[in-house]
Amino acid sequence: MTLLSVREVSKRFGGLQAVSDLSFDVAGGSIKALIGPNGAGKTTLFNLISGFLQPDSGEIVFGGEEIRKLSSCRIASRGMVRTFQHIRLFPGMTVLENVMVGRHVHSRSGFLAGMLNLPFTWKEERRIREKSLEILELLGIGAFALSEATSLPYGRQRIVEIGRALACEPRLLLLDEPAAGLNMRETGEMGKLIEKIRGMGVTVLLVEHDMSLVMKISDEVVVLSYGKKIAEDRPLSIQKNREVIRVYLGDDQ
Amino acid sequence: MLRSGACARSACSRSLHEERTKDLEFFFQYLVAGITYGTIYAIVAIGFNIIYNATGIINFAQGEFVMLGGMTAVTLHRFMPLPAAILGAVVLTTIVGAIIEIAFIRWLRRPSVLRMIVITIALSILIRETALHIWGESVRSLPYFTGSSMTSFQWGGVYVSPQILWVIGIGVFVVAALGAFFNLTMLGRQMRACSANRDAARLCGINAGNMVTLSFMISAAIGALGGCIICPITYVQYDSGTPLAIKGFTVAILGGLGNSTAAVGAGMILGILESFSIWVLPAAYKEVIAISILLLILFVRPSGIFGSAEAARLKDF
Amino acid sequence: MVRRYSAVFAFALFLVAIQLATLFAGAGYYLTQLTMTAYYSLLTIGLCMLIGYAGQISLGHAGFFAIGGYVSAFLTTCDLTPHKGSALVSLLSKSGVLVFRPGLYGGTLLTVHPWPACVVAILLTVVIAYLVGGPVLKLRGHYLAMATLGFGIIILRIVLGTESLGAADGISDVPGFPLFPGLAISGDSSLRVSNYYMAWGLVILGMVFLLNLVHSRVGRALAAVHGAEDAASAVGIPTARYKLHTFVLSAVFASLAGVLLTHYNGGIGPSEASVMKSVRYVAIVAAGGMANLWGALMMSLVLNYLSLRGYFGTFDDAVFGIILLLIMLFAPDGLLRRHILADLGRMFSRNAAGEEGS
Repeated sequence: MTLLSVREVSKRFGGLQAVSDLSFDVAGGSIKALIGPNGAGKTTLFNLISGFLQPDSGEIVFGGEEIRKLSSCRIASRGMVRTFQHIRLFPGMTVLENVMVGRHVHSRSGFLAGMLNLPFTWKEERRIREKSLEILELLGIGAFALSEATSLPYGRQRIVEIGRALACEPRLLLLDEPAAGLNMRETGEMGKLIEKIRGMGVTVLLVEHDMSLVMKISDEVVVLSYGKKIAEDRPLSIQKNREVIRVYLGDDQ
Repeated sequence: MLRSGACARSACSRSLHEERTKDLEFFFQYLVAGITYGTIYAIVAIGFNIIYNATGIINFAQGEFVMLGGMTAVTLHRFMPLPAAILGAVVLTTIVGAIIEIAFIRWLRRPSVLRMIVITIALSILIRETALHIWGESVRSLPYFTGSSMTSFQWGGVYVSPQILWVIGIGVFVVAALGAFFNLTMLGRQMRACSANRDAARLCGINAGNMVTLSFMISAAIGALGGCIICPITYVQYDSGTPLAIKGFTVAILGGLGNSTAAVGAGMILGILESFSIWVLPAAYKEVIAISILLLILFVRPSGIFGSAEAARLKDF
Repeated sequence: MVRRYSAVFAFALFLVAIQLATLFAGAGYYLTQLTMTAYYSLLTIGLCMLIGYAGQISLGHAGFFAIGGYVSAFLTTCDLTPHKGSALVSLLSKSGVLVFRPGLYGGTLLTVHPWPACVVAILLTVVIAYLVGGPVLKLRGHYLAMATLGFGIIILRIVLGTESLGAADGISDVPGFPLFPGLAISGDSSLRVSNYYMAWGLVILGMVFLLNLVHSRVGRALAAVHGAEDAASAVGIPTARYKLHTFVLSAVFASLAGVLLTHYNGGIGPSEASVMKSVRYVAIVAAGGMANLWGALMMSLVLNYLSLRGYFGTFDDAVFGIILLLIMLFAPDGLLRRHILADLGRMFSRNAAGEEGS
């Protein structure tokens, strides 16, 4: 069953065609990876899918619904949540609070209820906290719940960011270079974590440079070069694809 | 309004034809007034642009430079001839510009935009309050550079005072001189290099800090010069900086922030629009028009009418 | 939550102590400036919410104060006696919206009752704040600062250029505001003590509302928007709407302050709409540590009181300029660090224990 379908999407910045006529599908329950050399348009594509940029043309269908014109926060509330290549945690907040912010779309007390401190908000607040703590335990960072998030080591900050995204209970999780800046051991753990997340029923689409991680965990890989799709296949076949090898290693090969 | 505009009315028989020519005369009278004010707005806008290009800062105290220039010239004129007084005012204001940069801007490390806004606002208040304590609340003025309001000459029914010609002439001179400075001199090119890429400029041996100081000095100097040339027409008071600053900013935005050539055109547009607004609305609302234009541009096209929207979005605000 | 309210309670006790001190010192006249300070503080805490928590600067809040003050002043002083015959006026008169009251120079005036006038003023503020805030809050940095400054100047110019709003003289002879039966907001010296308590009571109420808001889901979302807007939007927070709501909320606080202070002073002048007033409010919020409601309230109490008592003399505006400059040069941490959130974290842990106990 297709969860996300990207159809003939294009995006141009001035003279640069960042993404051109790109199409691919992400099947529900799978882990799909986007790879490609620097400047291939991977992050642009992420921004287009998650509503941070509007495509010039093409369709993006998520869960059977056209989402091209929706804002990023609308898309998030429909169950597609992303992380950022450069970690974007909320400064000055604890790990727990960061994750609690992720519960936003699943709670509803507004300005008036908040100002009047209505009793139903207490219960809601308690539910938000319990669920967030649960997520932290699941990710193995429960012990840091009350530390300031931005003071944690880099690898843990990544996990907090993923925890915040999971708090939204997404159907599709977009991970932008989850292993960037991690050492080999941490990268291995990240791979296990992503598989665990898939095990929870969350579909994962990731951009990643670390080939060992991509080849190990993905069900399918899409290869981009200069904004175009040059291959889409299973990891093993991708490794043998002549075009992909040419793009990665140069024309001489 | 312009002093010379007041005498444009004369009692006469009111045939329809005469009303029409009268309307036409008023039209040109307002046009001339608009161009005069527009020149000043453009000069203030260029002051904004120079500092913005060098630092990415909008200097909210820009209008205060204009006020300081006018006020200092008026005071100095008591002791010395007019050209010397103007020169003295420009030099003194330039020094103030340098002091501001060295004392309050230079040593800040990577200040946030909000912090810079508030600092320049605070500086503008302090300059204004200092002016209030030095000069009081009285309205002052310089004499016309040549001739007087009586020697206005008539141009097909339109009165043009000699001071208007001075304003436009000096305005043109300032734009041309700055263009030559930034394009032809070594120092000007170094400043442009700094604004394009400060780190790369530094690697080429350019002292970026000094270039920023220089940008404040140039900005203060042309602001002060603008204050001197407009002061015989509009008078000057300790608090006349803020309205000029906001209109200069409107012009800078209208032309696209950082684009000084476009600022001249934008200055004319705002000056003329404002001048003609008197036909539709009471004069007391003149400023409302200018600021409404500012808000409208900010809402609709913050890159300015001459700038590219794409480029504006890339700027880090 | 316990800590939140105990601080409020302590502040209330402090206010009572001040009143008793003036009573025993026989210096009841100090209460007048303290009451005026209260209304300015109402504006300040609302602005603190906008600048400190939503991270949006406004250099035009004196404009909202003036909208509230002027609308209320205009409606409660505009004599409708000449239009008594018209159907609308007689209908309004019968429904109690219009009242007769003795004029300053004898005779009776037919004017709008302060309550409906206040409602109209607040509603108009809400409408204007939504209309202005929508596009303005899409702007950032310099553009936002200039746009709000521009808004403030437009209000000032309209006030100054409109004859029916008294132009440079402003509006005077504004009646008292019967807030509750038998309790009127008015500058009458016999009502000094009750007015002091009413004014500060309103500030405390406003403070409780805002403290609650800061510690709610919305407050957390605002902090997220302020900290990393794109990340907040990526987890489904409608950032634009939250900023706009906070803007309108702070505008309502400002407008209400304008309405009430105008009734207390018996009039309003264009200086209330000046740019310098707006800057002054920002200076107070900055001095209080930006994202710190208690800081803003304390600074407002001290600085407004000193200013109103004339301690700064002719250097009144300069003092606020210097405060702003020094804070921004040497202690911009108020902008960058959010002490309150650290407290918040500690409180959360305490709350968890407290709620289980309750």
